[in-house]
Amino acid sequence: MEQHGLRNYLIGFVLAVVLSVIPFWLVATHALPPQRTLLIIGIAAVLQVLVHLRFFLHLNFTTTPKENLLALVFTALLIFIMVGGSFWIMFDLHQRMMT
Amino acid sequence: MFGKLTIEALPLYSAIAAGGAAVTVGGALLVAIVLTWLKAWKYLWTDWLTSVDHKRIGIMYIVLALIMLLRGFVDAIMMRAQQAMALNAGGYLPPEHFDQIFSSHGTIMIFFMAMPFMTGLINLIMPLQIGTRDVAFPWLNAVSLWLSAAGAALVMVSLVIGKFSTAGWTGYPPYSGIEYNPGVGVDYWIWAILISGVGSTMSGINFVVTILKRRAPGMTLMRMTPFTWTALCASVLMAFAFPAITVACGLLALDRLAGMHFFTNAHGGNMMNYANLFWIWGHPEVYILILPAFGIFSEVVATFSRKRLFGYESLVYATAAIAILSFTVWLHHFFTMGSSANVNAFFGVTTMIIAVPTGVKVFNWLLTMYRGRIDFHPSMMWSIGFIVTFVIGGMTGVLLAIPPADFLMHNTTFLVAHFHNMIIPGVLFGYLAGYMFWFPKAFGFELNRGWGLASFWCWLIGFYLAFMPLYLLGLKGMPRRMETYNDPTWQPYLMVAALGAVVVLCGIASMVIQIYVSIRDRKLTEDRTGDPFDGRTLEWSTSSPPPPYNFAVIPTVGDREPFLEAKKNGTAYRRPASYAPIRIPSNTPAGVILGGFAFVLGFAIVWHIWWLVIVSAIVMFITVIARSSDDNAEFTLSAGEVKRMEDERFRQLGSRA
Repeated sequence: MEQHGLRNYLIGFVLAVVLSVIPFWLVATHALPPQRTLLIIGIAAVLQVLVHLRFFLHLNFTTTPKENLLALVFTALLIFIMVGGSFWIMFDLHQRMMT
Repeated sequence: MFGKLTIEALPLYSAIAAGGAAVTVGGALLVAIVLTWLKAWKYLWTDWLTSVDHKRIGIMYIVLALIMLLRGFVDAIMMRAQQAMALNAGGYLPPEHFDQIFSSHGTIMIFFMAMPFMTGLINLIMPLQIGTRDVAFPWLNAVSLWLSAAGAALVMVSLVIGKFSTAGWTGYPPYSGIEYNPGVGVDYWIWAILISGVGSTMSGINFVVTILKRRAPGMTLMRMTPFTWTALCASVLMAFAFPAITVACGLLALDRLAGMHFFTNAHGGNMMNYANLFWIWGHPEVYILILPAFGIFSEVVATFSRKRLFGYESLVYATAAIAILSFTVWLHHFFTMGSSANVNAFFGVTTMIIAVPTGVKVFNWLLTMYRGRIDFHPSMMWSIGFIVTFVIGGMTGVLLAIPPADFLMHNTTFLVAHFHNMIIPGVLFGYLAGYMFWFPKAFGFELNRGWGLASFWCWLIGFYLAFMPLYLLGLKGMPRRMETYNDPTWQPYLMVAALGAVVVLCGIASMVIQIYVSIRDRKLTEDRTGDPFDGRTLEWSTSSPPPPYNFAVIPTVGDREPFLEAKKNGTAYRRPASYAPIRIPSNTPAGVILGGFAFVLGFAIVWHIWWLVIVSAIVMFITVIARSSDDNAEFTLSAGEVKRMEDERFRQLGSRA
């Protein structure tokens, strides 16, 4: 705790709460059309991940050991394959069924 | 008070279901009676159930796997018997019951036989091979074990209370949705998988950290044993792939419990996304199971050919390549979903590519054996049987990778034959080779060779008899999972397949006899040196079974085969000048408690007993917090104590013939 400072954790916590409240609020109030709501939820989720990595897991480009960053790159690659692949497969299917 | 649970849940609807329940309950009672008679409860509790020692956890995982192998095999032989006699007739199993049996067979064999067997072998051997005293997180390891056991217990309890899923081991919606499957069966399946899946994810993380952070000094990545390498890659896959099935099953549970619509046709759901998520986990899972088996074959072939493994680097790179490629092929499990040609072609091509590194490994093993002095130990026989048989399965896999061919074979017994052709000779033979290879390390005496060979031949012949006819039937167009059929030309093939199952039964019986005979003759095959097979790697440098701390002095490694090197240089078995005290994690009942209440939690959700769900969740939460804040989770073994144990070891070494 002392090592990373209470301040850092609080900033992270506030950001995490804000990034959670926005999607919930959008879904609950239907303030935007569905497509745009989905897009904003997606963006908020990605930012949420980055906030956790930066403020809770203390990853950065200067003090974090190189192999940890390498592991992160590997994770990013796998997420890209899984999420990107799912999008490709499901949108392709959607097109063939709906149009 | 009891949710949906009533007296109707007892399996009195058919004599066979009631018989299954009676065997389950009777077996549990018999074990309890024997334990009481032997007055072994206290020993079992203090030395085993509460243990956090990686070797004991590994052994308990393997015991769980062997018990579930028996259960899964009973399912298998019941299906083969049904299909052999069900021409134009109902056979002896009603459709509802037959569907439960093929669902539980697949679920058990993958999640509760293969996974615990693999996790057990890695637990038992990997820390010894990298020269460390335990895994990185010993308590987490115990939690993983007991969560797996909780999942297995849920499947077993579904035999007695309620019914199991009829939706197959993959549980595809919409059939597994609440609309078509309002009973408890699918819920049992979901919660068994969710609970054990959490355990597997944590095992994966535990092993990755152990291998990356706990290696003995001098053991660079390229000096790790092939088994450790494959364990590392499989663990990475576990950590990354299991969340996908947790999400898929979790969303299905929300559909069923909370009226949501992720995988329904109504309200914007899409059932094919379930297939997509399931196989994002499902295909890496295949490699999670087979990579460690490849590692075992590499160790066994090198040891019993008395040669260094041929092409170590290529084997390591092939393993790593498979690990990444395994994430890029999942759509080949549902080519017939109706994707466009581009999507199908992409996944077809990646599937063919992944066969290449596997082919590389086959040559590694063949060329290791080439001009070696081969000792035909049962482990070696499993390996040779594997190489020959696995290649056939690989060929049919490449055939199925071609989407147009897959359209013809999809959902036929050809597919069933293909994946059993990968999983029995590949995964199961590998684990059995490992089991017979490392048994003396775990218990201090060897398994009987004759019965091991008998078991091998029965399994191999039985496998060919049981599955080659299924290839032919698939080509003739027989769909999988048929409870009854009306094509008389199929029946002879199914009778041969049933005969194969009987031969496999002989193989399993031989394994049981082997255990009995080996325990009876344990004085004759005692392993006093800890190195019965002229081993090459560090696990053989310890005593059998190894002391709780594994290594009194952590070895320094300067070679890929450190123990063989030490034996050549005459530095093996050298007594150190002095000993240091060793910190060892203390046993804790927290793992068993957590697993026990995870079981209660799953059971309560299945039957909608909500107060019990809340109570067990609170108990689990408190257990985790209590154990995590325990500052005395380790104790110190004094230098004198270590010296006493090591002196005993050297006395034994000195007395060897």
